[in-house]
Amino acid sequence: MSAPTAAHSVVEPSPWTKRFAGAIVVCYALLSMVPLVWIVLTGFKTPTDSIAYPPKVMFEPSLEGYVNLFTTRSRQTPEYIDSLPPATSWYDRLVRSQGMVIAGPSKFGQRYVNSLIIGFGSTFLAVFLGVLAAYAFSRFRVPLRDDLLFFILSTRMMPPIAVAIPIYLMYRQLGLSDTWLGMILLYTAVNVSLAVWLLKGFIDEIPREYEEAAMVDGYTRFQAFWKVVLPQASTGIAATAIFCLIFAWNEYAFAVLLTSGEAQTAPPFIPIIIGEGGQDWPAVAAGTSLFLIPIVVFTVMLRRHLLRGITFGALRR
Amino acid sequence: MNASSEAPRIAQRAVHATPDSIRRRLRGLSDRTITWLFISPAILLLLAVNIFPLIWTIYLSFTNFKANRASRGAEWVGLDNYRSVLDDPDIWHSMQVTAHFVIWSIGIEVLLGFALALLIDKRFRGHSLWTTVILLPMMLSPAVVGTFWTFLFQPQSGLFNHAVALVSGVDPSSFQMIGDVPLAPWAIVLVDAWMWTPYVMLICLAGLRSIPDSIYEAAEVDRASTWRQFWTVTLPMVLPFLMLAVLFRAIENFKMFDMVNLLTSGGPGSTTEVVSITLKREAFEKWRTGYSSALAIILFVTVFGAANIYVKALNAVKNR
Repeated sequence: MSAPTAAHSVVEPSPWTKRFAGAIVVCYALLSMVPLVWIVLTGFKTPTDSIAYPPKVMFEPSLEGYVNLFTTRSRQTPEYIDSLPPATSWYDRLVRSQGMVIAGPSKFGQRYVNSLIIGFGSTFLAVFLGVLAAYAFSRFRVPLRDDLLFFILSTRMMPPIAVAIPIYLMYRQLGLSDTWLGMILLYTAVNVSLAVWLLKGFIDEIPREYEEAAMVDGYTRFQAFWKVVLPQASTGIAATAIFCLIFAWNEYAFAVLLTSGEAQTAPPFIPIIIGEGGQDWPAVAAGTSLFLIPIVVFTVMLRRHLLRGITFGALRR
Repeated sequence: MNASSEAPRIAQRAVHATPDSIRRRLRGLSDRTITWLFISPAILLLLAVNIFPLIWTIYLSFTNFKANRASRGAEWVGLDNYRSVLDDPDIWHSMQVTAHFVIWSIGIEVLLGFALALLIDKRFRGHSLWTTVILLPMMLSPAVVGTFWTFLFQPQSGLFNHAVALVSGVDPSSFQMIGDVPLAPWAIVLVDAWMWTPYVMLICLAGLRSIPDSIYEAAEVDRASTWRQFWTVTLPMVLPFLMLAVLFRAIENFKMFDMVNLLTSGGPGSTTEVVSITLKREAFEKWRTGYSSALAIILFVTVFGAANIYVKALNAVKNR
């Protein structure tokens, strides 16, 4: 751990300093996790428990939130429910015990699938276009290189709402509004700037000598790119892809302004889950939990690249 | 041989011929062709989905177009929209709200984030695990964050409300974080700080780790106090990183929409009406397309100009 060149080897803090620093950081980390833990717990509460006062820390776990998230239900009279054949599944029994029957699936499943399709579609396109452009920027003399790179970056400064109207008008003309393809193209455009910047950094780190050696062996430039550079850059490409995926997954403003149903992703849907007598918080919490799972997994996977990804590759670690 | 039997054969031949000829052509590509071939798709996409709409916005800002009455067409009105945006006291109010929000949230994030980075840099046992835990909030969707903080801020049953009541002894029914006029802006600052302190922390940590040991060794030799080392070594060396963090956060916070829309959607009254919310209201509720386009352009120019000036300052600090 303490190689002579490692930072702070001389000014190694005392064990007590370390313990003190550790204690404060752990306190902060635990405190900042409370909201997340609370929302995950709320997903397993009943609607009554979720709004109990004082807030219930101990509660009887229930899957009502998840059932409510995935189904639409209608309230029925006890006589009608008694007249039905006995419920065969646990969720039917759960819903009937609330005096309701399942009327059909809710839109959450479809929205989640939309999120996946738009997320993966735009990620694939952005990384594909990004890797090509990044390679060219990294290896060739591109006219107006710095200006072009700055231009690519500056497209991120625009507030989404500012370009939403023309995009809305344009998409209406082209028949792209509220379609998967329209949203994929839109998110690809937003992501491609990040992809170019990040991937350029990764490709810059691959020594040029590798390609040159391959080309001496008779490869063309294109083959050298395909067979030498791409495999070398695979870690960087994977990290970039996850960053693009997270962006498309999390995006809200465009989704809420430009889609109304068919192609709407999960973020605009989760906040508007309404139950009887107001917001159905357990269902909202269940939706949030399901929505957060991929993010948590990716964050752990990405921890070494996080700095790069969030600063557009302007900083490296 | 008639045409109808010829056609499939030509198609067949084309299917077989194409990949080969493409391959042959690719092999002979010059570097310049590859450059052009590789860069243009990304640039074309950005032109189509970013620059074209931006130019359209500029055009619309000089007209009285209404997007919900598109058939009526657009009439050129010159600078009228810009004049009425700049004369509108509501816009100045939302600018103030935005500034308040940007300054306070970034201030808190910088102080907390820098402090946390200094502590993590002590490399206590398990520091990398806890760093990852701390980083989680900034990876979440602002929309989802806004939603679940609304839940935590619920009057009475909300966990946050209850926790504050427990700590301070104030009756929990006497205040609401997002319903009370004086508290609502602070609710947003609080959530933003919760979400983005890790961001500043991460960048500060990178700055701290970039400081070569030899400088601290020299400072030790000179018997500089810890306090002095902080002011003369640590802070100046981390400053460029810190400025970069502030720049990125300021751009993001200035156009913040998701979280505010879900937490308060501008209310109560207009106490948390940041510029993006005003913009959305003008554009998608009142459908004043020309007016909102002018506002959008003013915003973009402001952010762009401020960012450029700031980058110059950043470079000056870096090259010192």
